[in-house]
Amino acid sequence: METQTVTIQINGRKRTADIPPRLLLSDCLRHKLGMPGTHVGCEHGVCGACTVIVDGRATRSCLMFAVQADGCAVTTVEGLSKGDALHPIQEAFWEEHGLQCGFCTPGMLMAAHELLAHTPDPSDDEIREAISGNLCRCTGYTYIINAIRSAGAKLRAQAALKLPA
Amino acid sequence: MGSHLDTNVLPKSRQRELPGQDLKWIGKSMKRVEDRRFLLGKGQYIDDLSVPHMLHAATVRSPHAHARIVSIDLSKALALPGVIGAYSGADLATVVDACPSFASPPVTQRCMAIDKVRHVGEVVAAIVAEDRYIAEDAAELVEVVYEVLPANVTMEASLAATGDGVIHPADRESNKALDESFKFGPVDEDFARADHIVKRRLRWGRSSAQAIETLGCISEVDFVTGGYKIHCNTNFYNFIPFVIAGSLRLSPTQLHMMPVMTGGSFGSKVFTHKIIILTSGLSKLCGQPVKYIEDRLEHFTNSDSHGSDRLYDAELALAKDGTMLSLRFTVMDDYGAFLQFGVGTHGNAMAQVTGPYKIKSFGMRVIAVLTNKCQQGPYRGFGSEVTNWVIERLTDAAAEELNMDPVALRLQNMIQPNEFPYMIPTGNIYDSGNYQEVLKQAQELIGYEAWKKKAADMRAAGRCVGVGVSTCQERSVYGPTEWWFLNNRATPGFTLTSTPEGISLRIDPAGKIFVTLNSIFVGNSPETVVTQILAEQFTVAPSDIVIGYSDTHSGFNGVGPQGSRFTAMIAGACVSASIKIKDKLKLLAGHLLEANPGDLELRNGAVGIKGTDKQVGIADIAIQANFFRLNFPDRPEFDSGLETTAVYDHPISTMPDPERKHLGVFYPMVGHICHIAVVEVDAQTGKVEILDYAAVHDNGTIVNPKTLGGQVMGGTANGIGTTLTEEFIYDEEGQFLNPNFAEYALPSAYEMPTNLKLGHVETPSPYTEYGVKGGGEGGRLGAPSALTSAIESALQNNGVKITSLPVRPAQLRALIRATEKR
Repeated sequence: METQTVTIQINGRKRTADIPPRLLLSDCLRHKLGMPGTHVGCEHGVCGACTVIVDGRATRSCLMFAVQADGCAVTTVEGLSKGDALHPIQEAFWEEHGLQCGFCTPGMLMAAHELLAHTPDPSDDEIREAISGNLCRCTGYTYIINAIRSAGAKLRAQAALKLPA
Repeated sequence: MGSHLDTNVLPKSRQRELPGQDLKWIGKSMKRVEDRRFLLGKGQYIDDLSVPHMLHAATVRSPHAHARIVSIDLSKALALPGVIGAYSGADLATVVDACPSFASPPVTQRCMAIDKVRHVGEVVAAIVAEDRYIAEDAAELVEVVYEVLPANVTMEASLAATGDGVIHPADRESNKALDESFKFGPVDEDFARADHIVKRRLRWGRSSAQAIETLGCISEVDFVTGGYKIHCNTNFYNFIPFVIAGSLRLSPTQLHMMPVMTGGSFGSKVFTHKIIILTSGLSKLCGQPVKYIEDRLEHFTNSDSHGSDRLYDAELALAKDGTMLSLRFTVMDDYGAFLQFGVGTHGNAMAQVTGPYKIKSFGMRVIAVLTNKCQQGPYRGFGSEVTNWVIERLTDAAAEELNMDPVALRLQNMIQPNEFPYMIPTGNIYDSGNYQEVLKQAQELIGYEAWKKKAADMRAAGRCVGVGVSTCQERSVYGPTEWWFLNNRATPGFTLTSTPEGISLRIDPAGKIFVTLNSIFVGNSPETVVTQILAEQFTVAPSDIVIGYSDTHSGFNGVGPQGSRFTAMIAGACVSASIKIKDKLKLLAGHLLEANPGDLELRNGAVGIKGTDKQVGIADIAIQANFFRLNFPDRPEFDSGLETTAVYDHPISTMPDPERKHLGVFYPMVGHICHIAVVEVDAQTGKVEILDYAAVHDNGTIVNPKTLGGQVMGGTANGIGTTLTEEFIYDEEGQFLNPNFAEYALPSAYEMPTNLKLGHVETPSPYTEYGVKGGGEGGRLGAPSALTSAIESALQNNGVKITSLPVRPAQLRALIRATEKR
């Protein structure tokens, strides 16, 4: 099959791949670029497990062709931590028991990431709305909501520390 | 006077670690050991794995519920570039045999249909190609000609079917797979002397677990053993080789199963035998490793994990003062087209079928019906979620008919705290409990009396608000007799009685305690639980414990996480292994400290002489045990190494009576649940909103309150879905109309109560180590009853009665509309 060369900025690093135009972004990330942290749960855009950030927006990578991401900046779960240090959202999910099987978790983390980027101090209703497109079968969501609330506080505290005196 | 239970004699408790000790790690909400890798996106789930030279499979699925396969033409698929092989069921049958079945006599199932399809989604052909996209293209090119047969969709019609309507004409003359009746105690006499008999016809609809990860498998021919090397997200990886080896024409040890982290199960990945047999057969046929990952449609239509689908005609006999005397029912269950576990889901329900109440006798007739649907498998509760709902529905109905308060009726009939262990009419025991305390805590937690008054005021103001209470049982730690004891006694099948769980444990030369588990992670917390217990046993920090998973070459007895068994069972294995290793540590330390091993104790990661400060660290002992043999006497007990294996058998189980007068003890660690729900129904739309919710569970001694809380929350979410949103819908031709996440509604964050209140009572088990009971299923075992009751209460002014679940908005609106027309 004919292929097309795409260049995607993934987690801050330029990656180039020769891919068929019909290859989904989720499959490209998982199977061509060695980043299987983005999970595929339904392949019809409902469960949200495959959520990644494309140019700042939370996006279903199973509903997007990789060629559509040509030239875009994509952040996946693999891009959240810095070396050994977990991102504050990941820390909060750990502390608040916001995951059980972990399969929906990357999508939840990315949905939370987008929310907190725009709404640093969200209400519980805003959190609920932000993850309403992400299905979790394990937790019943309560601890995820607690985790995102806690992550917001962590990020705000971190931002406050960085403010000039 | 003799009782039918006299022959069911309880063995002595084998508990070694008593409840109520002052513990450092057990009972603490330690952060999970498992989480870091999953948070980093390094979960290593089945589709994250690949093996060298791996190809990809896609399947062709039946569009018909019931049809003869006239012909299959694979030629166009084979001509597509990138396709390596295309196979029919007959091709596959050259290398694999029929699937295993616990039903007796078995219902023949093949992982790829031959001659006939029996449900929509059944696999009729498979493609192996260089990538999945090509495989799916090729699957579209396979041409199958079918001769459509009459589809059996409802149980009633299926039981009446003859001729071409019979689903397995070679195995059975009709679609009735089993029809057995049982009486446990003097049911007839108790009904004859009853003052009041409550009767209800109750319907429980079909749904399933639908973990966010589907099933998947990678299999390759293993030229070392002559069998296969298999990666699969089964929950049963150290057990399933025995079950499926025959289908693969091998001995169990020739199946080299690798442990694979699992993205949720809730029962749906317990066996997964079909996908392993299919993928292995394809790899054999094409000569290369093959990966097959179900898509969501395949998981809905073909994964052998549909939940219970039952119709009850149930009766509760009471004295006029409200004393419950006896329970009996006839239940029909739509098992779908096959019967992999026999009627094990009804066996399971016998563990707690009379609920928390002192009901002295019980009778039932169970009719297993085959239909043209995907077959049933486990889903969180394994059938007990339905009987919990049935007994709670009957209890509410009795309260109404006797004009009694439903909570007062429950309290009047509950087993008292001093009556444990309590043997129920089926022969199972409830090990311990304090049901009254659980109820009391739940009432306090939610403000029950205040809510009752407030709901009445709101109803008076025209709103439909109600409060519902369920007081249910949560059996845990299953024994496998439940799989077969309801089978026809002439053909009992494989009468399994073991459910062991094992670990291996060694202390490495650096002093780290390394454990390998034989059961996989499915979203539960096996590594955390084991870490907490071993930190307790060895008086070390959790960071001194390292956990791995065996493959089947090094693994041994492991039955896996299901039936809320894992925590109690692995605790037993940990204690057994710890006793052995601690004895050796003391032997070695005794030599090093010139002390009698009997005078030694473990403390703060060291072995020391009691009453003195003389001690030697576990790490110091470990390095000597591994590398300095000449420091010890030349006797075999001092031989190098600090390692052992340990297997823990079910702590207390007995055999079923040969005549089935009772079923023995098989599911004895029984927790208790009280859920109280406050709901408001929008009478115009039928939408139910949960205004308040309390869930109090007694799961014995708690190892980790936070993770137990997570299980309760998640199970409750499943129960909310089962009650309010989730239902498989079929048309009259057996087409499955909503097999996707857009039309089959799993609860989202919006469907959950915003203020779910959790509480725990800890009544330890007298049989398990530390008194632990299981807690993996309780939410789903309690929520449907509380919600149903709350909805009826909310609609009491309309007189709506709920006799069927789920009540999705359209269904509830229809019930309300019917009352408006009156």
